[in-house]
Amino acid sequence: MTTNLLFDFTVDKAAKKVFITREFDADLSLVWDAFTKAEILDQWVAPKPWTSKTKYMDFKVGGKRFYAMVSPEGQERWAIQEYTSVTPKTNFKMYNAFADKDGNPELPGSEWDYTFSEQDGKTKVDITIYNESLARMEKMIEMGFTEGFKMSMNNLEKLLSSTR
Amino acid sequence: MEARRDVFQAIADPTRRAILFLIAAQSMTPNAIAEEFHSSRQAVSKHIQILTECGLVKPEKRGREMYYHINASKMNEIDKWIQQFKNILETQFNQLDKVLLTLKKQKK
Repeated sequence: MTTNLLFDFTVDKAAKKVFITREFDADLSLVWDAFTKAEILDQWVAPKPWTSKTKYMDFKVGGKRFYAMVSPEGQERWAIQEYTSVTPKTNFKMYNAFADKDGNPELPGSEWDYTFSEQDGKTKVDITIYNESLARMEKMIEMGFTEGFKMSMNNLEKLLSSTR
Repeated sequence: MEARRDVFQAIADPTRRAILFLIAAQSMTPNAIAEEFHSSRQAVSKHIQILTECGLVKPEKRGREMYYHINASKMNEIDKWIQQFKNILETQFNQLDKVLLTLKKQKK
């Protein structure tokens, strides 16, 4: 990997929380957009060769994003997120759950809390995920994300070296 | 069809984690485990049952006594899941790095 940006990942099994910190080499408004605008989210949230498609997204408190991860074979895994708190360019919170193709959520889901801060032209994103059941994490992985994961890492390396 | 127990819920309970720590050092009988706790034998026995059902501990008969010991491979599974989740996030964020780079170029 050509990047050496900060990436922290810790799990508190007892509290059923995952803490993630990642730094991005871009200013705050760009990183904020990348996490809150459907057209940008769809470009990066699906681990290749999977793709992401957003059916609708209404980024405001009480608004929802309904989207699918699509496998190379065209298989769709739907999920729905509801925004529970939004402080522009600082923080947002959402409740994330798997769903069927009609948007009916499969509960329980998980709570995601994103905090953004900029320093020296770099933007740090702190993420806390709370799962009522950490077994849901297991499900998240079972839902096919690991398929082609190793392949995707190789694809990514190639892409990165070709764009630089 | 075997009952599907939630491994993570099993380890979310402090008493069950204490039991796991205890028997990680040496396999123990249910009575020996119960003596370490203030709760009733029935309560401890229920905890052991849950840990057994989700495969975190294994019973082993020695003579007349039943001993419980840690199932290390199941414990490793938990770490494997967490590692996989971390890998997924790493992939996503690396993809985002690339997207941000493209967006920055477009702005210039």
